[in-house]
This record gives sequence, structure tokens and C-alpha cells, in this order.
Amino acid sequence: MLNRNLVVFKKTWPTSIAFNIVEPLLYLAALGIGLGVMIDDIEGMTYTQFIAPGIVATSAMWASAAECSYDSFVRMHYQKIYHAIVATPINLREVVVGELLYGTFKSVLSGTVILIVIALLGLVLSPWALLVPFVLVLNGLVFSQIAMIWTGIVPKIDNFAYFFTLVVTPMFLFSGIFFPMDVLPEIVQTLAWLLPLYHIVVLLRSLTLGTVGPELIIHLLWLLVFIAAIFPLPQILMHRRLIK
Amino acid sequence: MSVVVEAESLKKNYNSFTAVNGIDFKINRGQCFGILGPNGAGKTTVVAMIYCFHPVTEGKLKVLGYDVNHDHRAIKTRLGVVPQENNLDQELSVRENLLVYASYFGINSEVAQKRADQLLYFFDLSSKAAQEVEQISGGMKRRLTIARGLIHDPEILILDEPTTGLDPQSRRLIWEHLRRLKKRGLTLILTTHYLEEASQLCDDLIIMDKGIILEQGTPPELISYHVGSKVIEVEIEPHLQAFLLQSLENKIGGYQIAGNTVYLFIPHDETKVLELLNLNKNIQTYQVRPSNLEDVFLKLTGRGLVYEEDISPGNRYQPENEISDQVL
Repeated sequence: MLNRNLVVFKKTWPTSIAFNIVEPLLYLAALGIGLGVMIDDIEGMTYTQFIAPGIVATSAMWASAAECSYDSFVRMHYQKIYHAIVATPINLREVVVGELLYGTFKSVLSGTVILIVIALLGLVLSPWALLVPFVLVLNGLVFSQIAMIWTGIVPKIDNFAYFFTLVVTPMFLFSGIFFPMDVLPEIVQTLAWLLPLYHIVVLLRSLTLGTVGPELIIHLLWLLVFIAAIFPLPQILMHRRLIK
Repeated sequence: MSVVVEAESLKKNYNSFTAVNGIDFKINRGQCFGILGPNGAGKTTVVAMIYCFHPVTEGKLKVLGYDVNHDHRAIKTRLGVVPQENNLDQELSVRENLLVYASYFGINSEVAQKRADQLLYFFDLSSKAAQEVEQISGGMKRRLTIARGLIHDPEILILDEPTTGLDPQSRRLIWEHLRRLKKRGLTLILTTHYLEEASQLCDDLIIMDKGIILEQGTPPELISYHVGSKVIEVEIEPHLQAFLLQSLENKIGGYQIAGNTVYLFIPHDETKVLELLNLNKNIQTYQVRPSNLEDVFLKLTGRGLVYEEDISPGNRYQPENEISDQVL
């Protein structure tokens, strides 16, 4: 399955990457420069420096979330590609895992491209940033799996709107990307620990700015546990959906 | 081995609905085995169990000696599937579809390329090899789907309603291809609701309706046993039908009534019957024609294969028509 997706990717990647770069850059430009003028330095860095790692994370998140939701749904439901593959020695669980790996690939690709761009803009301050792609792998797994769960249960493609509005967007807004978490009430800060994106942003920001410390291990472990715990769900749901 | 598929008391329930209700059959190597029946008969469910997509609820089903409950991979490696709806990959070209599908079987690239070219040639698709799948005609898409089912050189090919929705010319072209494949020793399992297709292609067939097997045999056997060589369709008002049938009692092999039409099954010679019909002034029209499998089905169930006025909506479960994601 991963192979099939990569074959398709090879045919369309130039446009794909181009679009991938443009939107995050626009965010960076508009918010960084626009708001940056009005906002004082946060924790010793400019606003643009503050949000840059977050932009890496969100770009990667949207990439895998979109891939494993809309794109997977189209493949499964409209094109019936999963059915075609399941008639071969490959079984459904393997198809699902293949999709997850591809979603992760997109996450790493997308995030790394942005990383390179912000590095060229001088917003990356530390060689620790070379570890960012590893974090992007975790990011990819997290959001591919979450998206795939929805793909396993939505009756119609329109229902993904719920996924993006109720799950992805709130995470996007409240994970410490656009403003530091400590301006929010204590309760909200504690709840933020439940959001995978929060942990990812913390890791990415520390790596790009070089402020690494042992507490990062906790965030890393949180993500690993989350990924492992959720891993069986997409397969179970997809199996229940397609095979009666 | 000569028996390639064996089913015993095979049953399939979808929740509370019984799609297949205890059937037995055997398929031999090298034959074209047909499963004939109207929509909702359970044909697609039977083949879906053979290629290990849906699990079996009860009973025994073995393919090439392997049990469908345990040995999925072994079976799928040796079986090719051509589903009812072409689920070709729209994002790939004609040739790429074959190559990517080959990769699912772990076939190495060189072998896959060679086989793909051979198949494209066999199905007259070589000129379209680089075209995007979206742009080729329906008949070509269907041939490509069949080609794809053969990329791993299977021993058995399953075709679920292979010519539904195609124009007559494409249909005949595909029949030709299937005949040639059979000559090469491939075992074919075919489901259809087209009697002509079953008559033309199948060596042996089962007629299914509502989850059970009504009859089994070769097309000529079934026809001559149940309905004789000819059928006379007589248009006559219902209240006059009993009288007509009385007058013909010993001369016909059997009959079936559908509305204003009485179907008379003639074992061999229709001349005596025609004499009597010509004398009867109440008959509106009549028509003599050779008998076919549809008549067999009509005799066995009182309904036609394609026209299903007598099925009440509540009984009809058509997995292939639901918007769900069930196979095909």
C-alpha cells in the first residue's frame, strides 16, 4: 500500500510540495511580521522566532491528518482500492498500516520542507534542530492514526468537517503555537497536556531554539505511549466497517 | 487435484439476514463454473467467501485444498478476482495499474513487466498502456480489470458479473477472451444474471435464488430436463387459461403462467400443440421459440431472472446496491 501511494506521489509531487510551502509561509509572514510588530519579545525571542516551530508542526499535522482522512476515504469508499487490495495476499490490517506510514511520510516531508525554509530565514538557532524529523515521525503517526479512526467510522465524506472543526482546529489554536501557554488559566494549561500537538510543539520549539533539557523526555514518552495505545484502533474500526 | 473448490452446507448471515442458506457444490479444475441467479440471490456472497473476503458463518468451504477460515494468503496467491465494479486505480495509468497490483503479490519487477505486457497484448490494450485509466472506455476498463486479476498467474479466476453494464459488442469480446483463457487450462468461476452468458460460457452451473441452490447441471441438461426443446408463449386472458391448459394436457411437458402469458414447455415436437392453438379463438397471439435457461428459472420459481415483480422489497438484500462499503 505504501508502495502504491508513493508511486502516485512520484507523479504529482512538484505541485504537491509547492502548495505545501506556500500556506505556512503566508502564516509566518502575516502573523510573524504583522503581529510581531505589536508584540514584545516572548521569552527572549521575537514573535516570528516563537511561532516558527509551531508552523512546522502544524504543516506536518495538516498533511497527515488530511491524507489519512479525506484521501484515505476516497481511496476506500469511492475508488474501492482497499477492496481491490484485499483480494490479494495483503490483508486489511496491512493496508491500514500502509496508509498510516504514508501519512507519516507526508508529515515528515511537509514539516522538513518548512524547517528548511525557516532555517534559511534564520529562525533556527540550534543544531538540535536536526532531530526535528524524528519528532515529525511521531507527529505523523499521531495524526495519521487519529484521522484514520475517523475514516473508519464516518458514514459520509462530509462528516470529516466534525473531525477538523472539533478536533484538529482546537488543537491547532490551543497548543502553544501562537502564544505561550502560561497566559491561559491553570485549568486550560493542565488540559493542554491531553493534546498531542502541545507536546509536539514543545519538543520542536526546544529543538529549534536549543533549549533542551531532561524534561523533554516526558513529552517524548507521552507521545510514544499515545501512539502505541491508539495503534490497534484504526485497524479494528476499518475491519468492522468493511468485512462483515 | 481435480476438485478445486468444495462447499458443504455453506451458510452466510449478515447480522440477522441469511444471504446463503446451506448450499453444497463442487467445482472441477479447468471448467467454467457458473452461478446463475437474479440480484439478491446470494451469488456475490458465495464468491466473496471463496476469495476470503467475508468470513463463513457455518459450513465447510475449501479452495485448492485450503480452508478459507485459516489459509487466506495461500488461497489469495492462487486465485484471481475480477469484482463486479471495476475498482481500478484512477490515479495510475493502465500499465501502472497492473504493475502496482503485481507488487501486492510480491512479484519482482522484471517478471511483472513482462506479464503486464503479455496481458495487455492478450486483451488488446497495448496501445492504451500509458493512458490514464479515467480516459479509457467501459469495455476497456473491464478488460483491464480482468487482466489485473491474472497478473499473478492464478489457477482460478473469479468473475462477478463480468459483463453487466456493457454493450453487446464488448460483451461478446469478453466472452471470446474468457473462452481463450479456458483453453489454456484456467478454471473460471462466473456469476451472472444473464442467461445467454451462462449458456454460452459455462460447462456446469448452479441456479441460485434467495440463498439456496435450485438446480445444478450443465446448461443443455437443465434445459432439456426442465423445459424441453421449445417454448410457446401464448397471450391469453387469465380466465380463459385453465380451459386452454386442459385441452393441451398430455401434449406439453409443463407450463408456467405469468400474468397474461402462458409459457408452454414442449418436449420435442410442437406441431400438435400448434394445431390446437390455431383452433382456439381466444388466444391473442403466440410465439414459438427455442427454450433457454430463463425458462428453467421461470419454471423453478415462477419468476424471471431479470424482472422481479414478485419479490417484495422486504426480502431483497442487495449488498452491491447499498451505499455501504461492503464488497462490490
